[in-house]
Amino acid sequence: MNKVSPSTTDPCAEVEIDYLELDKIIEQEFDNDKENLIMILQAIQKRYNHLPQPTLKYLSEKINVPYSQIYGVGTFYATFSLEPKGRNIISICLGTACHVRGGERVRERIEDNLNLDGKHTTDDMRFTLEGVRCIGCCSLGPVLKVNEDIHGRIGADKVEEILENYE
Amino acid sequence: MKIQSTEDLEKISKEYSSKLYYPDTTKVLVGMASCGIAAGGKAAFEKAIQEFPDGNGVQIRQTGCIGFCEVEPLVEIVETGKPRVIYQKITQDKIGDVIRSYLENDFKKTKWILGQVRDPRSVLEDHLENPLGGIEPLEKIPFLEDTPFYGNQVKIALRNCGYIDPDSIEEYIARGGYFALFRALLDHTPEEIIQIIKDSGLRGRGGGGFSAGVKWATCARHHGERYIICNADEGDPGAYMDRSILEGDPHSVLEGMLIAAVAIGSNHGFMYVRNEYPLAVKRLVTAIKQAEKYGLLGENIGGTDFSFNIKISTGAGAFVCGESTALMASLEGQVGRPRAKYVHTVEKGFRQNPSNLNNVETYANVPAIISKGADWYAGMGTEGSKGTKVFSLVGKIKNTGLVEVAMGTTLRNIIYDIGGGVLKKKQFKAVQTGGPSGGCIPEKYLDLGVDFDELTKIGSIMGSGGMIVMDQDTCMVDVARYFLDFLKEESCGQCNPCREGIKRMLQILTNICEGHGKDGDVELLEELGDMVAKASLCGLGTSAPNPVITTINYFRNEYDAHIKDKKCPAGVCKNLFYYEIDPEACTGCRLCAIKCPQEAIAGEKKEPHVLDQEKCIKCSICYEACKFNAVVIK
Repeated sequence: MNKVSPSTTDPCAEVEIDYLELDKIIEQEFDNDKENLIMILQAIQKRYNHLPQPTLKYLSEKINVPYSQIYGVGTFYATFSLEPKGRNIISICLGTACHVRGGERVRERIEDNLNLDGKHTTDDMRFTLEGVRCIGCCSLGPVLKVNEDIHGRIGADKVEEILENYE
Repeated sequence: MKIQSTEDLEKISKEYSSKLYYPDTTKVLVGMASCGIAAGGKAAFEKAIQEFPDGNGVQIRQTGCIGFCEVEPLVEIVETGKPRVIYQKITQDKIGDVIRSYLENDFKKTKWILGQVRDPRSVLEDHLENPLGGIEPLEKIPFLEDTPFYGNQVKIALRNCGYIDPDSIEEYIARGGYFALFRALLDHTPEEIIQIIKDSGLRGRGGGGFSAGVKWATCARHHGERYIICNADEGDPGAYMDRSILEGDPHSVLEGMLIAAVAIGSNHGFMYVRNEYPLAVKRLVTAIKQAEKYGLLGENIGGTDFSFNIKISTGAGAFVCGESTALMASLEGQVGRPRAKYVHTVEKGFRQNPSNLNNVETYANVPAIISKGADWYAGMGTEGSKGTKVFSLVGKIKNTGLVEVAMGTTLRNIIYDIGGGVLKKKQFKAVQTGGPSGGCIPEKYLDLGVDFDELTKIGSIMGSGGMIVMDQDTCMVDVARYFLDFLKEESCGQCNPCREGIKRMLQILTNICEGHGKDGDVELLEELGDMVAKASLCGLGTSAPNPVITTINYFRNEYDAHIKDKKCPAGVCKNLFYYEIDPEACTGCRLCAIKCPQEAIAGEKKEPHVLDQEKCIKCSICYEACKFNAVVIK
């Protein structure tokens, strides 16, 4: 198994990459096909919870797409993150229905509660806060998704109680 | 088994139609679209299986969403010879009792019951007898079809959602599915199919409103490997009809794409699904496998020489990829930037080949049109917009949900009759249609019949059908700022007018919301808006100023209040209002004081409370908690 040694300059490179597994994703699941680039990146992100730089360089050679283009795709789409995310991902729905029902106030409450101070991830890597543009559960607005759990009809006063359930 | 003829299809249809309407045992259908699951449907489903394991005389099945999201989880119980009853808000703690009460013919707990069904048949089943025809209805329980929510609807695109198990192709066939495909393959020439779609007046349901028939005809005229693409990148916040169709009735979309492929002459289909819809992808994957098993996808479909396959691609969170050229770039694995359409995608689209792109709802309508004819479809709707449209009625509305109504139905009818009016009986302010490309419509236009052309006339658009109702607590300047903030994030950034124009407009709006607005700001917004609309490359930019321009046109007084009086009348923009407790109205119940995270409210029990402005962070918790309207916006 090939492993990349941690680089001193790039914090993202500190992740150990399993290249056999990566090969499997690229070759078997996605046929080495560059048209599947977005879905390959999604698979990588699902595995590492972000896009580690070495995987992108490797992918570039593997499917013969310039690294610049892969970097372009990785930064253009909102789903992708080049930086490691927290253990729990809080997605606050910022769709219009949630917005008019007070979604923004819920977000402020979470930011306060987690002392985020403009950052997205807490220092202890427990939470990453993201905004998501409508998950189509408008009847439950304002909606908060923590990992795969959807919490509906959230008032700013319920935030603390919900977050306590995630370590 | 491969389905080789209409007779094969008939056989499956008969067998499963009987299972659908005359089940051997009591059948419990739990609404399990994403919204139903989020409301607790999955937990209820699992609890029901636990309480009534297999072979116990009760079968527990999943279904899609019948649209009334407000009262989810929804559960329907069916038994041969008995009325079909739909139960509302059935969480895991209630489902066992609900099933037992049905089995014991006890329908006294009326608050559990949404209604009984008069006729479960879809528009494609009118050759069948009503399975509930001879059954004595329940007393004192309303028929679903007589309730304002369902009574005003005509279900064509949503014909199967909530009636079938989305993971069962047989149940789709039982409700008249795939017969249109066989008709297209065996009874019509491709030109005839295109003519039917043209004559039906079907216009693209994704927002553009372009004639589907004309698009198909143009694509079919161009040479090369042609592609059929389905746009399931439903990006408009507040619109989720496509998700509901994919999760509740995926085969209707596959069949629509197949018919388009027959008409246009294509062998390859692509489905571009939004990343935020994992359940839709899962159900599509199952649907495609099943269709392949029956020979309805793949080589030699239905025993003819027509071959077609469908590949699913998922997006990665870019609103602009709903635009046709950007979507096709994204399908190719590239950054989703739109290009100028000197040459249309029907001529040179995906892989530089002729590509026909329609959205989910458009394709879902196609099988019904082929089965029932162009005249039937064109018999509904208005002069320029035929058929029905699904709207997602959300925001400050009592009955949140998906509703499918004939084009031309008035906004008042949709919001007040079907939607039950504004939440908590507050004052209606506006309804926002068309997502970030649309506009805010004030009360004076509520009697307008909704169709593509009428909404455009008043500065909004129909878009994909999101309808967000706003009440007195919604600040219209903040709404305009919200949409521009959305669009600033989602602008792909390649053309200046959109990238810079939206950013500058947002800057002005943010200033206004923060209390730094000045004379001339509104005029500058109008000037910039005009430039962005005229000079941007794609639809995202050209329509971006709509929310700003419509709010300026219809709610100028709110802009003036922000700029001149430095007040936000709706109590949203934090620098421009403060909360105060009205000593006359305050009963001293202590609720606000207990809930306040800042401990800013003081006061003895049964004495009027006082709010400390220094400590208040305007989080609105007290305002929403107070039952006596004693917390007031100043």
